[in-house]
Amino acid sequence: MSKRIDVSDLNVYYGDFLAVEDVNINLEAKSVTAFIGPSGCGKSTFLRTLNRMHEVIPGARVEGKVLLDGDNLYADGVDPVTVRSQIGMVFQRPNPFPTMSIRDNVLAGVKLNSRRMPKSDADDLVEKSLRGANLWNEVKDRLEKPGSGLSGGQQQRLCIARAIAVSPDVILMDEPCSALDPISTLAIEDLINELKDEYTVVIVTHNMQQAARVSDKTAFFNIAGTGKPGKLIEFADTTTIFNNPGEKSTEDYVSGRFG
Amino acid sequence: MATLMTERKRSALTRGRLPRYTPYAIAVAAIIISAALLSLVGFNVFGWAVLSAVLFAAGNVTSAAIVEGRRKATDKFATSLVVGAFLVALLPLVSVIWTVLVNGVPGLMAPGFLTTSMNGVTGAVDNAAVKDGTPVLGGVYHALVGSVLITLWATIISVPVGLLTAIYLVEYSAGNRFSKVITFLVDVMTGIPSIVAGLFAAAFFAMILGPGTKTGFVAAVALSVLMIPVVVRSSEEMLKIVPNELREAAYALGVRKWRTIVKVVIPTAISGIASGVTLAIARVIGETAPLLVTAGFATSINMNVFAGWMSSLPTFIYTQIMTPTSPSNADPSTQRAWAAALLLIILVMLLNLGARLVARVFAPKTGR
Repeated sequence: MSKRIDVSDLNVYYGDFLAVEDVNINLEAKSVTAFIGPSGCGKSTFLRTLNRMHEVIPGARVEGKVLLDGDNLYADGVDPVTVRSQIGMVFQRPNPFPTMSIRDNVLAGVKLNSRRMPKSDADDLVEKSLRGANLWNEVKDRLEKPGSGLSGGQQQRLCIARAIAVSPDVILMDEPCSALDPISTLAIEDLINELKDEYTVVIVTHNMQQAARVSDKTAFFNIAGTGKPGKLIEFADTTTIFNNPGEKSTEDYVSGRFG
Repeated sequence: MATLMTERKRSALTRGRLPRYTPYAIAVAAIIISAALLSLVGFNVFGWAVLSAVLFAAGNVTSAAIVEGRRKATDKFATSLVVGAFLVALLPLVSVIWTVLVNGVPGLMAPGFLTTSMNGVTGAVDNAAVKDGTPVLGGVYHALVGSVLITLWATIISVPVGLLTAIYLVEYSAGNRFSKVITFLVDVMTGIPSIVAGLFAAAFFAMILGPGTKTGFVAAVALSVLMIPVVVRSSEEMLKIVPNELREAAYALGVRKWRTIVKVVIPTAISGIASGVTLAIARVIGETAPLLVTAGFATSINMNVFAGWMSSLPTFIYTQIMTPTSPSNADPSTQRAWAAALLLIILVMLLNLGARLVARVFAPKTGR
């Protein structure tokens, strides 16, 4: 259920502009990895290349290798749809489908692909996914109501439930708590801690305390200046990054001296 | 030491303000003065209303300028302009509806108007109706059927073409040169005079089926030439406002692009698309010129759009007015024309109401 990701010599371009340069990183299975760094340093861009979501942006392209348990995502003939069904994603802003009920939102990955599923199986999947996202008790009585009627934090957990309903191997989260209040953030962080028993989780965050709280390993990205490409500066255990970083710029960033 | 302040009788905050009854007083004065002025040169109601309104606006602005200061005076001046412009815009609309109602209701109420055609209604029948006072015979059933069928076929042609074009432009083209050409041509098509669309369809079918081919379907093709650009434009706008986040959410679940479009993008935009289509229908159902050259004139019921001439409400109005059934007694024809005009307005109004209903029914649900 959980796979590791190995990235080697990855460059990301927007047209001719080199956005992220030469990333080498190994993400362990069943672990939480946090990406931190100042805005515009390419964390989110890099995260998107891990399930080929950057291809949605016109002009974005990638050089290098991303191995999912040894299979290169960018090998010839790999269908991005297959990649995305194995590597799910949760976005910065909660984005439940407004035309669908809570139940249909959870089943979206199944229903939109027109896989037939007996009703009892579908009910089980809905309950399992919502329980997995710590949302079941709050919504079990109103599964047929629209998902857009939930609060922001509930919507984000609904999006996580939707992502885990297609049973991916890896879950990518792009600043999942930046639009949420502290209570909802806590709920999501607890959830991330539970998710790592079954999934490989990668999370981009601007909140360093959050990175320290939830992640096993932390990657620090930085940018030399405007127009320069973003780079992976340091990747190590979270405790090392926050207590005893190897690089001067990492120390400056985590201690709040800049950024 | 704390002192309690009692409320002052005349608040310092309202100093320099006109009392609240001022506008009413000015209105009464304006009405009286304008009546007096007009009685000097000859009284008429329309002039009275206009002069009263002008005097009222001027009095309001002047009194505000004297007592309340420049800002309030400017405010009242702008308010007068806005309200005046609104009334001027409303005037022709109300006038049209009133005229059509007054002239159309008797004809619409005539027995059999909605259920009979003009088949067998000759000049002699109309002459008898005028001379002997027998009821005006003849109706719009054939024209109503023709209008509905022609518009239906035009919709059947236009909606798939227009919607698919819009989907290509928004979802697939990514702003390439081909899409810019399409957008440009669609804009040009929006400006095509309707008679040109009619001539195009007539010439096209004359080429493939022989000259003089006039059927309901030819008319439907002509109308769809007018309808497609409207459908493309409105659908395009609706698809564009679907948030990209929803597409990304679907892609991230491993959903294919075409399924994302069919199951996420279109359902999210469907209320806007549907009301856009309904408004496009309302736009073409009143077209006259293209129907004159493509569907011909018919006085009897024709349910087949693929053969024979077909009547429609606009061409029915046109022929009743231009060539009355009885040249010596045109009144029955005029009455039928007005009634048909009223029917057409009612149809368009129903379509507009339908568009709102459709938009409400399909709109994304909210609720807890």
